[in-house]
Amino acid sequence: MKTLRYFARNPMSVLGVVILVAFVLIAVFAPVLAPPQEFQMTPYDTPRAGFTATPQPPSEEAIFGTTEGQYDIYYAVVWGTRTAFKIGLGVVAISVLVGTIVGAVAAYYGGMVDEVLMRTVDVFMAVPFLIAAMVLTALLGKGIVPVTIALATFGWMGYARIIRSEMLRIREMDYVHAARTYGASDLRLIALHIIPNAFFPVLVLATMATGSMVLSASALSFLGVGTEEGYADWGQFIAYSRNWIVGQPGNPFQYWYTLAFPGAAIFLFVLSWNLVGDTLRDILDPRHAH
Amino acid sequence: MLNYAFRRLLMLPVVMFALSLMIFALQMSLTPTQRLAAYAPSPDFLKGGQESIRALIEQYGLNDPFYIQYGRWIGNILTGNLGWSETARQPVGVALASLLPATIELVFLAFFPGLLLAIYLGSRAGIHLNRWPDHLIRVFTILGWSFPVYVFGLLMLLIFYSALDWFPPGRLSQWAQAVVSSPGFVRYTGANTVDALLNGNVAVFLDALRHLVAPVVTLIYVNLANMTRVMRTSMLETLRQDYVRTARAKGMPRRVVELHHARRNALLPVATIAGMELAYMMGGVVITETIFDYSGLGQFAAKSAANLDFPAILGFGLYFAVVLVVLNLLVDLIYPLLDPRVKTK
Repeated sequence: MKTLRYFARNPMSVLGVVILVAFVLIAVFAPVLAPPQEFQMTPYDTPRAGFTATPQPPSEEAIFGTTEGQYDIYYAVVWGTRTAFKIGLGVVAISVLVGTIVGAVAAYYGGMVDEVLMRTVDVFMAVPFLIAAMVLTALLGKGIVPVTIALATFGWMGYARIIRSEMLRIREMDYVHAARTYGASDLRLIALHIIPNAFFPVLVLATMATGSMVLSASALSFLGVGTEEGYADWGQFIAYSRNWIVGQPGNPFQYWYTLAFPGAAIFLFVLSWNLVGDTLRDILDPRHAH
Repeated sequence: MLNYAFRRLLMLPVVMFALSLMIFALQMSLTPTQRLAAYAPSPDFLKGGQESIRALIEQYGLNDPFYIQYGRWIGNILTGNLGWSETARQPVGVALASLLPATIELVFLAFFPGLLLAIYLGSRAGIHLNRWPDHLIRVFTILGWSFPVYVFGLLMLLIFYSALDWFPPGRLSQWAQAVVSSPGFVRYTGANTVDALLNGNVAVFLDALRHLVAPVVTLIYVNLANMTRVMRTSMLETLRQDYVRTARAKGMPRRVVELHHARRNALLPVATIAGMELAYMMGGVVITETIFDYSGLGQFAAKSAANLDFPAILGFGLYFAVVLVVLNLLVDLIYPLLDPRVKTK
């Protein structure tokens, strides 16, 4: 309740929640907002109005205009919302799961097991994230599944560290000792008493990571190893706009719509996650208590 | 302290060994054709039929068990031979060495002003907790943090290149490139601004600077939030310390207490995060360099990764691991300078 009140009092976090809810609605009602047309293999294939390279400005048929290759920008922005949720939540879910298991095992067994697992974490942290994800995606092929796997492979370490340190802290607390004297099993202790108490810091990290993982995924698309050609994915549409930054002489902003709409979509999406995450972090941080 | 530094350094070979295993495993997961293609001197070579293919397999021992191949490969690397990069069409070592100055130039120009700005904004926000400077700074930094680098970079290009033609992409204009590659121009460091000054060529210096403005501004703004946030939190904590209250109670002016007593002690956590930030910039200005067509390590690494140019990827990975370990070590060494209490540990 106190958490909710804090949220409601803070205009920035309210804004974050509002934008996030709007995106959820767009994702849910995508088939209504931008009905897929005939002959599409999947609804994520952006329809195109021809094959000419030059983008066309917003018009009756394409309200956000078309980008390079005549892909409909409005359609891609709407369906790209689903892509963003899938990748963001998918990567974070896998990372949290893997990180929790590794962190819990390391803290529980301690000693050699702990040492090996934590050095593995160090090694993964010493890998340049984006380049490593690029290599793995390039190996696995294009599409959102390879992208999700690649990002999760190099994104779980933070959770492992948090879970481990929280477990080490919590397991020495009186109520855990009490539960143990009652004869609770180790698994029960970990699952029911320790992990739930480590939940909040993980939640903050996960919220923040959702936004940044969507950023990384679209960066992969931008760098040319992400999703397939024409897939409804914001990063890919921003990549298309890159060739059209310079307009014709005398008209420098000629192709503004190729960047503005997908750019605004991803910016607002990441912003909303960051605003929510930032507020959660404040709530958690005792130094901000009044 | 020395003992600790030594332990940190010991980490380096471990990281490198694991890294090499990882990359080797990835290499082994390629299809036989892909793996073979990496060794072919030219694309036409593989069309030469069974004979030339068999010769290639024989020459590089591609049929040997994996541990023998790994041993041979790691042996080459240990003797300083990082291999040939197909992307750069150069040996990996040469490519990395020639691109490093460009990245260092960019990162240093972005990192240090960015750090100062973050310290300034963070302490301001901390002093004015929950009042309008705090809110304003928070909005400003969180906007930058939410901007995808490439969207912000493309906006910069749209406005300052396409519309105003102030800050073009690339590292130098054509005429300046001609001057720099002419025999009369001595390449002392490989960093254009520094070399231009050392050669006394102000025109080239200004041209190099003009090309650096857009990527530098992009890097500063996009990376500002984290350090500012840490500075703010740390400032808040320091301002609640007893010695700050004592100083105020003695009648010391508020500004002096805030800026001289509190801020100095609030810097400690910032040093940690700044070190990490610098390390990630040294290895991760991939997108910025790509957008502004700034030929540095990041752009090279991105191209190599997309081409699955494994020797180049490993070379870059090793470079990054060294940067990370060295910078972490530096931060540890700076700690006692900022806070004498740390020294004993």
